[in-house]
Amino acid sequence: MTATASPRVAAATARPAPRPPSDRLRTWATRAPLLPALVFMIVVTQLPFVATVVISFFDWNALYPKDRHFTGIDNYRQVLTDPDLRHSVWTTALLTVTVVLVSLVLGLVVALLLNRRFRGRGVVRTLMIAPFLIVPVAAALLWKHVLYNPEYGLFNGLLHYVGGPQPDWISDTPLLAVEAALVWQWTPFMMLILLAGLQSRDQQQLEAARVDGASDWQIFRYLTLPHLRRYLELGALLGSIYIVQNFDAVFTITSGGLGTANLPYTVYQSFYQAHENGLASAAGVVVVIGSIVIATFALRVVSSLFREEVSRA
Amino acid sequence: MNTALNAVRRGGLGLVAWLTGIVFFLPIAWMALTSFHSESDAATNPPSFTAALTLDGYREFFGVGGGASPWPALVNSAMASVFSTLLVLLLSFPAAYALSIRRVRKWTDVLFFFLSTKMLPAVAGLLPVYLFAKNAGMLDNIWLLVILYTSMNLPIAVWMMQSFLAEVPVAVIEAARVDGARLPTILARVVAPISLPGIAATALICFIFSWNELLFARVLTGVVAETAPVFLTGFITSQGLFLAKVCAASLVVSLPVLAAGFAAQDKLVQGLSLGAVK
Repeated sequence: MTATASPRVAAATARPAPRPPSDRLRTWATRAPLLPALVFMIVVTQLPFVATVVISFFDWNALYPKDRHFTGIDNYRQVLTDPDLRHSVWTTALLTVTVVLVSLVLGLVVALLLNRRFRGRGVVRTLMIAPFLIVPVAAALLWKHVLYNPEYGLFNGLLHYVGGPQPDWISDTPLLAVEAALVWQWTPFMMLILLAGLQSRDQQQLEAARVDGASDWQIFRYLTLPHLRRYLELGALLGSIYIVQNFDAVFTITSGGLGTANLPYTVYQSFYQAHENGLASAAGVVVVIGSIVIATFALRVVSSLFREEVSRA
Repeated sequence: MNTALNAVRRGGLGLVAWLTGIVFFLPIAWMALTSFHSESDAATNPPSFTAALTLDGYREFFGVGGGASPWPALVNSAMASVFSTLLVLLLSFPAAYALSIRRVRKWTDVLFFFLSTKMLPAVAGLLPVYLFAKNAGMLDNIWLLVILYTSMNLPIAVWMMQSFLAEVPVAVIEAARVDGARLPTILARVVAPISLPGIAATALICFIFSWNELLFARVLTGVVAETAPVFLTGFITSQGLFLAKVCAASLVVSLPVLAAGFAAQDKLVQGLSLGAVK
């Protein structure tokens, strides 16, 4: 806000005949409704981040507060060379990419199915949304105990009927176990965004293509898919932002064990359990830099969709 | 012939859609069924679909036979969610007015500033918030969560609200202004009634996100201000036969979200995509 205000004030004072005070008053009257929200956001979200950056340059273990001292980029060196942390960077990337891609593809298939008219479409849509509306911790508990449990979980129970093997899902394939639970929750999200995309297609254009004898595949490949591109991007990027930050599923299903600790979990652990404030902050800053890379693309996508909305209105 | 074939194909795809929906819903249906089974029936392999139904799982969860009662946690979650949602509405509604009806200069920049804060991982600000709360004596305090949840949801609310408010006809607002109404009156008497469905959807989505939140609640609360998701983390390690109890717990804690989500179904996608998709 100050950035937009200062050139304006400067221009007003530089001019030989200053603006009438009523004009400036009106500008501030326009801004007034915005200010509380803006100030609140800056104080609650920007200041802590600045503090994180500052703390990240200190060697500071909460158990030895007297030992606190400036160490420069030591924490960063440690974060980037620590094998555990490196592994968690890799885990985060793998988890995010897998969950986003799989739920995007599944979401697209379901959205295409639901975009057709059939009996009970509303009911199926409601059934599909439900997984997204289970509290994340509850969903993770459901997968961990009720579905994956090797002795009495539903999966092995169903396998039992067909005489299949009885694997210990979480111990055998820990990361896959976390990913499957997340895919189950995020497919509905992708489906909703892509369904909105499908429904915003130009119906006349589709009709014209059909009259011209285009096949269903041709319509999908040359009309639907290009139209959906930005919705796919939006789904992928919003999904990435949420899943990069995922804590609940990792914390609940594996408690970060068996090589599934992602960055948010590692940051949580390094300060909540190891009390290494400086290290945790440096890891936090690394997470932020990673997110900024994703977010830059995300903002571009949202902004192009947004401009379209504005110009359409 | 061709139309008959098409009808068969359409019916077949409808069937596939139904099957997909059922597969996705199956874990929830199974969770609901298990929550009504006795613990010994819940822990059988192969699963018992037709076992007798009982409310024991719910009795256990609510601590009827001893054990911690979930009510304080549920009340804390309700308080954190409701109060932060109210605060979000109070802040975002006027802000959205300044971003959609009487726009400030560079209003798109302001919108994108709000959005960019959403992309900052929560975990990065966690430590300073923790240290601040500790020094200010605000650890284990539900009002700290109210403030944090407000900051978490405010960008979503601002984006949603501005897209809803942009649909309010300007002529109505001009008419009110000509009649001498001041801004608070215009907001409360003219804009709010027209955009009520949008405000309701925004509120429901903010409620869902607050209710679901775990990381901040887990780090910043203890015995007093613990929320329902934190209470659920008590079920992470197995405690013998407790499947029915876990299912009952997960279902009860998820009920408000399911209710809010289905109520906001039509606007859900708009909220989740921060207003970018309608």
